[in-house]
Amino acid sequence: MFSLEQLKKSLLVSLWFAFLTFPLLVIKVDPIQRTVLWRWENMVLVAIGSFLVSLLVRVFNQHQERRRERRAAGGIAEREPLIQVILREPKYLYPLSAAVLLCSLIFPHLVSTYQTNILITALMYVMLGLGLNIVVGLAGLLDLGYVAFYAVGAYSYALLNYHFDVGFWMALPIGALLAAMFGVLLGFPVLRLRGDYLAIVTLGFGEIIRLILENWNEFSQGPSGISNIPRPGFFGVELSLESAILYLYYIMIAMVIFTIFVVNRLQDSRIGRAWVALREDEIACQAMGIDKRKTKLTAFALGATWAGMVGVIFAAKTTFINPASFTFLESAIILCIVVLGGMGSIFGVIVGALVLILLPEYLRALSDYRMLAFGAVLVTMMIFRPQGVVANIRRSYQFRANPDGEGQ
Amino acid sequence: MEYFIELFFSGLTRGAIYALIALGYTMVYGIIGLINFAHGEIYMIGAFTSFVVATVLSIYGFPLLSIILLAGLAAAVWSASYGYTVEKIAYRPLRHAPRLSALISAIGMSIFLQNYVLLAQSPDFQPFPELIPDFEFMEPFAHVVGSSDVVILLTTALVMVGLTLLIKFSRLGKAMRATAQDRTMAMLVGIDVNKIISMTFIIGSSLAAIGGMLIASHIGQINFFIGFIAGIKAFTAAVLGGIGSIPGAVLGGFVLGLTESFATGYVSSDYEDVFAFSLLVLILIFKPAGLLGREAAEKV
Amino acid sequence: MNKPVLQVDGLSMDFGGIRAMCELDLEVHRGQIVALIGPNGAGKTTFFNCVTGIYNPTAGNIFLNPPDGSKPIRLNGLKPNQVTRKGMARTFQNIRLFQKMTVLENVMIGRHCRTSSYIFGAVFRTRATVREERETVEKSYRILQKVGLAGAVNELAENLPYGAQRRLEIARALATEPFLLLLDEPAAGMNPQETRELDELINRIRDEGHSILLIEHDMKLVMSLSDKIFVVDYGRKIAEGSPREVSSDPAVIKAYLGEDIDA
Repeated sequence: MFSLEQLKKSLLVSLWFAFLTFPLLVIKVDPIQRTVLWRWENMVLVAIGSFLVSLLVRVFNQHQERRRERRAAGGIAEREPLIQVILREPKYLYPLSAAVLLCSLIFPHLVSTYQTNILITALMYVMLGLGLNIVVGLAGLLDLGYVAFYAVGAYSYALLNYHFDVGFWMALPIGALLAAMFGVLLGFPVLRLRGDYLAIVTLGFGEIIRLILENWNEFSQGPSGISNIPRPGFFGVELSLESAILYLYYIMIAMVIFTIFVVNRLQDSRIGRAWVALREDEIACQAMGIDKRKTKLTAFALGATWAGMVGVIFAAKTTFINPASFTFLESAIILCIVVLGGMGSIFGVIVGALVLILLPEYLRALSDYRMLAFGAVLVTMMIFRPQGVVANIRRSYQFRANPDGEGQ
Repeated sequence: MEYFIELFFSGLTRGAIYALIALGYTMVYGIIGLINFAHGEIYMIGAFTSFVVATVLSIYGFPLLSIILLAGLAAAVWSASYGYTVEKIAYRPLRHAPRLSALISAIGMSIFLQNYVLLAQSPDFQPFPELIPDFEFMEPFAHVVGSSDVVILLTTALVMVGLTLLIKFSRLGKAMRATAQDRTMAMLVGIDVNKIISMTFIIGSSLAAIGGMLIASHIGQINFFIGFIAGIKAFTAAVLGGIGSIPGAVLGGFVLGLTESFATGYVSSDYEDVFAFSLLVLILIFKPAGLLGREAAEKV
Repeated sequence: MNKPVLQVDGLSMDFGGIRAMCELDLEVHRGQIVALIGPNGAGKTTFFNCVTGIYNPTAGNIFLNPPDGSKPIRLNGLKPNQVTRKGMARTFQNIRLFQKMTVLENVMIGRHCRTSSYIFGAVFRTRATVREERETVEKSYRILQKVGLAGAVNELAENLPYGAQRRLEIARALATEPFLLLLDEPAAGMNPQETRELDELINRIRDEGHSILLIEHDMKLVMSLSDKIFVVDYGRKIAEGSPREVSSDPAVIKAYLGEDIDA
């Protein structure tokens, strides 16, 4: 199965990693007690682990190579993955969606409030992912400060409520609008920058917002945050904690459906095509008469709007917010959801969000390794499957074969 | 006036460190056109490696000078190894992929390394052993400039001169400049481009490691998170000077260091990081080519 | 005689002190096929980039005179997308298709500047949007039929063979409804059979009322297609005229074959 050559190479890799991780993974010093702990077992683990991973990658590459050769030789026709067939064919998709919807509607009645709460969080990330998907997946703008707009939404509800007693349903559109305004304000100057600069400026912007929230005590109450934010009201009826959470859960389901509806309609529209074209080739895009800045700004502002909405919901859910909830890691998690699921693919992003948020919740033992895994996911996906788990498939159009070429 | 001079020197010291890290960004950007987001983590790993080595050696009672040299050497060697490995794993397979892919991979690498150190070492701040003693001849100036400031400035100056000579006169330097200008052409005239790119990462990483060790011993503590902030700031410095330009990175580092020092000294220290980020945003908006960089027209 | 659809006067372009193009004059008349030829590096693509708004020329004037008789448009300082809206579209020398989009979608992008539905229309599927969308699909399909790609509408652009990609670029440009079409080396990399088909296609496009300006190295194609040829070398115009005049011009022969032969 493996040639000697391969084994030898993998052995070298394993030795290299043993060397690489030696000072940080093996030695642990206690500078106060002045003791040294030698954790040699880690070195063994790293060596074995990297040996296996290296072999695995070799096998994978070989497999890919062989497939490519066979395809080039015309041996096998590429088979469409099952999931794509289901997503494309209404006769599978509609009943399936209905079943999923039904399940999600009765779900909270089967489990504890605690579980429902976790699911609300997961649904929030579905929305955040779908929002960022517009910016990163469709328009190809790497926004690393997405969390800033999320913070804008959360703080607008918290502050409006604190000062003017504004309710959740009023705050939802206001928060969305404010976030969109911030998106435009930031987007206007920076969207003419090249992609990688955009990434770092948005990253910087995200940090600025957080630092301001942390330090401007008179405005945001600083690191201690704002508490006693009311949950969504139900026509003025006071709800018990359980029913309030249940209510929020249904709101979230409705919001997610709304989001899917909007993004789905957008992605095959005139503006959606322009986003994808912009991602593919900016210069050609402009030469085809597309206003680069306006198109980018729309994507950016729309993504921000979604973050703003989820921000309001977040504030209502936790009833307490402080700047610590809006760090760069949050942006990274959302990005990871989009990348893992499949950039541009709605279904992919939903899967990505559910996997990345629920898995660490239920595998508590692994939750320490969560961010480590997220980082690794980003790298691995880019190298081995940049289109994500569920790739986005462009819409196809059917034409009758008459010479007039009537559309579908 | 004394306060001004104090701020001035502390600005210079900061600037020197930013410059050391910025060099890595600018060299990598110059040669493969990628923002190496993980560069800040390489610097952090350098600081951590020197922390571990220096602490172990001091526990075993080595003399100070040998601790400094060995810790510095270890930091440089391991950071270089990490830099080399990161390039090979996360960037090389994506060299012909869309830019977005390489960027995402770089961010992933940065998050990964940060959490790797967090898990392997400690989430808390660690006291860094004081490596640079207070020199006696510095006594009269001690109220405005410390001994470690002087050491940092001298080391930085030395490294910069060395790097400039390397790039200007050595075979490697020539190959690097050729690769930066036109990778395909460099390949055609027989330059092993992969090797040159690896060397760029190795050199950049070692510089960052030296910066990491110096600043850690200057400040006296480190944690896994220092690379993130320092990374963005050094990147700001690189952009400020004109990314891709080596003298630009140095100039940018000092400008940023001084700006920060005076702004925190005279305005408010709460917003220390905001100043740097705002400077970055402003520069990119108004002069994206930087102070010493040239506007590059995209080829159509 | 009518005013030329494209009129370029004294166009110059400097790159950091280096003059890539020097006081170039050029005209394209309605219904003409005009070729811009010259050795590699003569400044042909620079000329295209200046005219289409990718570069901002250092000096000179560029005017479009729409064939419908409306007043002349000065193109200097306009952005590429504005230029395209005014009625001039281009293709690229090194193919720049939207690789991950389908063939049909590539052409539909060309319709972008002739349509107007936006977010509201897309989300609520207003009647106007639905109509516009149907029109976009139909028109794009018809253009694909014209260039012979109707069989590949749902293929990804990156999976097309080279010659077909070049034709798709032309289709995409046509979708913007230009009265003037700029083709940058449309025959590059094509085999003789494909080149012959291209010759036919370009003629057909002209017959439908588009004026064409092209850069091309395939002299056979240039000579058979063009009504008029402009020759540039080192950023300067060295000759202009009918194919016959140009091919016997000593300056042109010198530029193409070098000094020694001339002596």
